[in-house]
Amino acid sequence: MDKPEKKTTTRRDFLFTTSYTVGAVGLGAVIWPLIDQMNPDKAQQALATTEVDISQIEPGKSITVLWRGKPVFLKRRTQEEILEARSVSLNDLPDPEKDEERVKSGKDEWLVMLGVCTHLGCVPLSNKGDYKGWFCPCHGSHYDLSGRIRKGPAPKNMEIPKYEFVDANTIKIG
Amino acid sequence: MSEQEYVPKSKAGKWFNDRLPLLSLASHLTDYPTPKNLNYWWTFGGILTFCLLTQIITGIVLAMHYVAHADLAFASVEHIMRDVNYGWLIRYIHSNGASMFFLAVYIHIFRSLFYGSYKSPREIIWIIGLMIYLLMMAAAFMGYVLPWGQMSFWGATVITNLFSAIPLVGDSITTWLWGAYSVDNPTLTRFFSLHYLIPFLILGLVVLHIWALHVPGNNNPVGIDIKKPSKDTVPFHPYITIKDAFALLLFMIIFAGFVFFAPNVLGHADNYIQANPMVTPAHIVPEWYLLPFYAILRSVPDKLGGVILMFGAIFILFVLPWLDTSKVRSAVFRPIYRQFFWILIVDVLVLGYVGAMPAEGIYLVLARVGTVYYFLHFLVILPVVGYLEKTEPVPLSISEPVLSGSADYSIAKKDNEKI
Repeated sequence: MDKPEKKTTTRRDFLFTTSYTVGAVGLGAVIWPLIDQMNPDKAQQALATTEVDISQIEPGKSITVLWRGKPVFLKRRTQEEILEARSVSLNDLPDPEKDEERVKSGKDEWLVMLGVCTHLGCVPLSNKGDYKGWFCPCHGSHYDLSGRIRKGPAPKNMEIPKYEFVDANTIKIG
Repeated sequence: MSEQEYVPKSKAGKWFNDRLPLLSLASHLTDYPTPKNLNYWWTFGGILTFCLLTQIITGIVLAMHYVAHADLAFASVEHIMRDVNYGWLIRYIHSNGASMFFLAVYIHIFRSLFYGSYKSPREIIWIIGLMIYLLMMAAAFMGYVLPWGQMSFWGATVITNLFSAIPLVGDSITTWLWGAYSVDNPTLTRFFSLHYLIPFLILGLVVLHIWALHVPGNNNPVGIDIKKPSKDTVPFHPYITIKDAFALLLFMIIFAGFVFFAPNVLGHADNYIQANPMVTPAHIVPEWYLLPFYAILRSVPDKLGGVILMFGAIFILFVLPWLDTSKVRSAVFRPIYRQFFWILIVDVLVLGYVGAMPAEGIYLVLARVGTVYYFLHFLVILPVVGYLEKTEPVPLSISEPVLSGSADYSIAKKDNEKI
């Protein structure tokens, strides 16, 4: 204890450092499975696509389907509704996004989006609010006919999930 | 009096105590010198211990009948209410017990605020207490999810979505919390597991809370340091135990009043509708004890800002001992702080009220004013008042004001003779 004044790396220092390092790696290797087990399991991931028959939906009507435990709104918009959604200046939008970017080109009447308010996850009510689109009853967010946030605490437009038209009457979500 | 001097009378007791000094601990707890002027606001520590044990015992029993599964949970709670012997009683005690627990903890916290019990040398007691309070909120929230009614489901959705406000990793954290892509069966099962765990964590913290309390000893209504043991103190048993027991009895009468005569008055009718991920109830409100924080969350027209302010409203309490600059503990001798204390109480009650109302019009204005004032109280008023306030003279001992209101020697002497 009392002999070396000068700083040298001893065999003991080396053993300490390597032991701590190996210990930390080992601890991490044990903790990670305990954390990752809480992520969605394979059964949850397997529910990742849903096919929807849209042949019965009249213009101006919408249906709601469940996908990954969340509601998805499929709205068949009328021409007036599309025009109204497109007449808005991007400067008036908190989360600027053109209506054209939120639908598939050539399928402009179909608005497919997650029916989940981007504030805290409630389901907005359709045909309500100041912009004729959706209104979230939880904390008062207003969405327009393109599902874009216009007023209220929600930060973003309602999310467009990955989806495709399998044929003229079927949409595959996911 | 102290544990060092304690020697068990029996030979067997001595043999045991030499190996595990449990009897010394018991002796310390009974003889523990307590300020003789503690009023009834000091009985809530004992009441809170009772609440915790009630929740643990009724909870263990309920877990014998409850089924943690999204398809079965709601029905299993009804099964408890209708089929299980005394199931209705045990569940109502448990659900109202949560409310009583929070009622008691709020009184306990405001007691501490009024008499300056959070100040040096009791900062660690205060911080452990806040950790208990945080765990209580987590346990209550998860417990409320378990019946899998509409309020359970949508309350869980809103609260877990708070974490999605975190930049970059928010969505991953929320998905991780859910174990799915929305609140779903995996969420329910993990909430059940954690809901069972947390009370025992609280129990452990309660032991630390009391341990930390027994180092400096109790604060008291006049807020002065006292010599222990002295004529300013009485032994914990029987003087404080009997006072605590009496207060507990009164508390239990109110508790029983809720359980037997108004078991659902503090709950929400929508929670008797099974969870439906397609429909959000028109008006979501948390349980009453979380309403002030909910009002703060909604008062900010920005998602991340609201979440930060809501958590900030709780975490600001952790630095309270360092925000309060006054050397005098008790508000009894602080004429200015005393008034701000009552304004803070009104502020929190107003926030609670508007938290239950729709976030629009006058309610939104009130919520914003209330939120600003809440932070103003802790960040500006407390530090400034501590410097500027002219405090009233603090007595030298508890006996002085208790005996005569002045240091009348003849009366003090008489009291000594009686003892």
